[in-house]
Amino acid sequence: MQISTATASFESPPIDAVGVEERVARLCSRSIKKDAKLQALHLTLSMIDLTTLEGADSEGKVRQLCAKALQLHAALPDLPHVAAVCVYPALVGVAKRALEGSGINVASVATSFPAGQAPIEIKLLEVRRAVEAGADEVDMVISRGRFLAGDFAYTADEIASVKEACGEAHLKVILETGELGTLDAVRRASDLAMRSGADFIKTSTGKIKPAATMPVVLVMLEAIRDHYRRTGQKIGMKPAGGISTAKDAIRHLVMVRETLGQDWLDPDLYRFGASSLANDVLRQIVKQRSGIYQSFDDFSL
Amino acid sequence: MTDSTPPTGLTAPKLRLGLRDGSDDGWGYAPAPESTDHVELRDRYGLFIAGEFTDAADGRTFETANPATEEKIADVALAGDADVDAAVAAARHAYDEVWSKLAPRERGKYVYRIARVLQERGRELAITESLDGGKPIRESRDVDIPLAAAHFFYYAGWADKLDYAFPGRGARPLGVAGQVIPWNFPLLMAAWKIAPAIAAGNTVVLKPAETTPLTALKLAEIIRDAGVPPGVVNIVTGAGETGAAVVQHEDVDKVAFTGSTEVGKLIRRALAGSGKHYTLELGGKAANLVFEDAAVDQAVEGIVNGIFFNQGHVCCAGSRLLVQESVAGEVISKLKDRMETLIVGDPLDKNTDIGAINSRAQLDKIEEYLEIGEAEGAEPFQTSCPVPERGYWCRPTLFLHASQSHRVVQEEIFGPVLAVQTFRTVDEGIAMANNTPYGLSGGVWSDKGAKAFRVTSRIRAGVLWANTYNKFDPTAPFGGYKESGIGREGGLAGLHAYLQPEAAA
Repeated sequence: MQISTATASFESPPIDAVGVEERVARLCSRSIKKDAKLQALHLTLSMIDLTTLEGADSEGKVRQLCAKALQLHAALPDLPHVAAVCVYPALVGVAKRALEGSGINVASVATSFPAGQAPIEIKLLEVRRAVEAGADEVDMVISRGRFLAGDFAYTADEIASVKEACGEAHLKVILETGELGTLDAVRRASDLAMRSGADFIKTSTGKIKPAATMPVVLVMLEAIRDHYRRTGQKIGMKPAGGISTAKDAIRHLVMVRETLGQDWLDPDLYRFGASSLANDVLRQIVKQRSGIYQSFDDFSL
Repeated sequence: MTDSTPPTGLTAPKLRLGLRDGSDDGWGYAPAPESTDHVELRDRYGLFIAGEFTDAADGRTFETANPATEEKIADVALAGDADVDAAVAAARHAYDEVWSKLAPRERGKYVYRIARVLQERGRELAITESLDGGKPIRESRDVDIPLAAAHFFYYAGWADKLDYAFPGRGARPLGVAGQVIPWNFPLLMAAWKIAPAIAAGNTVVLKPAETTPLTALKLAEIIRDAGVPPGVVNIVTGAGETGAAVVQHEDVDKVAFTGSTEVGKLIRRALAGSGKHYTLELGGKAANLVFEDAAVDQAVEGIVNGIFFNQGHVCCAGSRLLVQESVAGEVISKLKDRMETLIVGDPLDKNTDIGAINSRAQLDKIEEYLEIGEAEGAEPFQTSCPVPERGYWCRPTLFLHASQSHRVVQEEIFGPVLAVQTFRTVDEGIAMANNTPYGLSGGVWSDKGAKAFRVTSRIRAGVLWANTYNKFDPTAPFGGYKESGIGREGGLAGLHAYLQPEAAA
C-alpha cells in the first residue's frame, strides 16, 4: 500500500465496541502463573520506555532516571535492561551521555508535545534538533484537532514529513486515543499513521485520561496485524499511560501474544511507556523468586 | 472491505500464534489448573425421592466417568420403573398436600434460597461440572453456574406474581412435571426446568443425562438443605429407559424435554392423545451470517463463540458459517488465526478454551462426521494444538467449501466442527440460512443496524442474535421452529409452559 492522499486510502474497517470489550474480557481471563509469569515479568522490563515528561525535569532528574535504567535493582544484577529512556528534546543530550554504550535507546517526544498545537515548521525543527542531540527514537503527537475535523490528508502529510525529519531515528506516532472518542477513530488513526510512515503507533501522551485502555490497545494491535498481513511490514506498538502494575502489563502481553503472535513479544516491536511500572514488576520478580513481597521503599525511585 | 486481504498472488505473512508448548516456540502459558481439594464427591450416589437419597429398588447402578481422563468418578443408582413410580407418587403427594397449598410468597422464598446456595457453592459446582462433563472451567465458572442461579432468582420473583402471567385471568399450575435433560449443560438445564416449574407451583421429577448426573445430584442436596418440602423436586438418574418411564408415566401432567430431535419425535408420538402438556427443545443447525459490512474481527470472535463454546455441544451453536463472498477470504484466514490460539485440553485448567468431548459415543459420532465431510468433498482444516493422550478430544475444525447438499451442512454434529459456505446477496444468504429442517437459532453480523433487523426478521428461528452469539438470559424466551422443537423456555413464555390460565373472571 503506497502512501496516497486520496480519500480512498483513509478507509478503515468498522469496529464494534461491544465485541471488542468482550474479547478483552476473555483475554483478561487468561491465568499466567509460575515460569510463564516470571518470563513475562522479565520481558516486560525489557520493553519499558522509562519516562519522565514534566515541566520540572532537570539534568539531575534525567541523570537519575538513566542510572535507574542502567541498574534497575542492585539486588538483582541479572535482570534485562529497559528498552529506552524517554525525555523532552532539551534533555536528550544529557540522557545520551548518561546512557552511552549501554544499548539503551534515548527517545524524545517532539512536535510540540503533548498538545501538538504549533506550526508544522516548528514541529519539524524540534524533531531535527532532538535527532541532532542524539535521539534514537522520536515520539510525535498527531494534530488531533485536524484529525477530528476530518482532515485526514493533513494528518497523513504531517506524519510523513515528521518521518522524513527523523532521518534514521525511529518514529512513534502518538494518537492520543483519549481525545479521539471512538474505537472507529482509533482504528482510522492507526491505519493512517502506519500508511504514512510510523515505525510504532502509540496510544497516548500520558497527559490525558483515559490513556492505554485494553480495548484501545486491542484495536491498534488488530490494525497492526491487518497492516502486516497486507504489506508484510511489522509495525511496533506502544501503550503509554495508565499501565502501572505487573498484572496490567502481563494482560497486555497476553493480548499481544494472541493477536500478533510470538514475533511481537520483542522490545523492537512492543514497548510500555511508563514511569511507575518498573518497580511493581521488580517487586513481583522478587516475590516470584523469594516468595516474599518487599516494601516499595526497597526499590529505588 | 478488503482491508487485510493480501494482494493477489501473495500469501499472507504468517503469525506465530500457538500457545501451548510444542505448538509454537517462545512464550506460552504454563498450566493453571483449578484446585479440586475442597470438592467433596462421594463414591456412590442414590436417587433423590421424597427428600431422601435412596438406592434403586433393584439395586442397579451405572458409572459416571471423567471424559478428560476416562476414569470413573462414582457409581450412580439406575432408576427403574418402580423408582420412577415412587418418584412420581412423591411428587403427586407433595403437589396435593403441600406445594399447591403453600402461600405463593413462601414458595418464592424456597426458590430464592436455592438460588443463593447455588451462588455460594458456585466454585464447587463449577469444578464438579467440569470433572463430570468435560467442559472448560472458564465456562462452567463464568456461564453455567451463574446462569443457573440467575434462572432460580428470576423465577423466584414470579412465584407470588402469577396473577400477572395471563393479564386479566388467574393462573393455575399444571401438577406434576416430568423433565428430561441433556448432558451439555447439566446444571443449567436442570435450572431451566426446575426453577419455572416449582415457582409456578408444580412439583417435579427430573432425569439428568447418564453421562453427567453429578451436579443435578448436588442440586438435590442443595434443595434438601434449603428445606424445600420433600417430594417437590425428585431426581431419578438413569439412561434412555428411565427417561421414557418418566415421560410416559400416566400421573405426569406435563413433559419437558431437551435433547435430540430423534428422541423428541418419539416423545411427541408417545404423548399424542395423552392430554399431557409438553415442551420439546431439540436440535439445531444454526446459520451465522457474516455480511461484507460487518466488523470483521468482532464477527470472527462471534463465530468462535458460536461454534467452539462448550466443544460445540450446544443445540443453538452457530454450526453453519455463511459468509458473503467479498469478505470470505479475510474472514476465513482471520478465523483460522483465531482458532490457533484456542487451547484444547484439561477442562480444569483455567486457560483451556475447549475441553473434553463429553463421551466416547459422542466422539465417535463427531469423528464419523469428520469422515463424511471429507468424503463429501468439503475441505477440512484443523488447528495444531496438542491434545492429551487419554480422554476424548477433538481439535477445532472447519469444513471449507461445504455445500448445502452436504450432510455436514444439513445434520447436527454437536461438536467443534463448523461448516463454511459463501453467499453473494442478502437474499441468497437468507435462503441458505432457512434451508434446513431446524430452526432454533441464528446470528447476523453487519455494522448496519437496519440491515440486521431486516435480515433477522426473515430468518425462521426462535432465537436470533445480531453482532453477538450465544448470549443467554433468564428473561429471554428460548425455543425453536420446525424440527428444533415446540414451546419456549425462559422469560414469561417459559413460565406459561408450567401454567394454565383460568377462565376469564
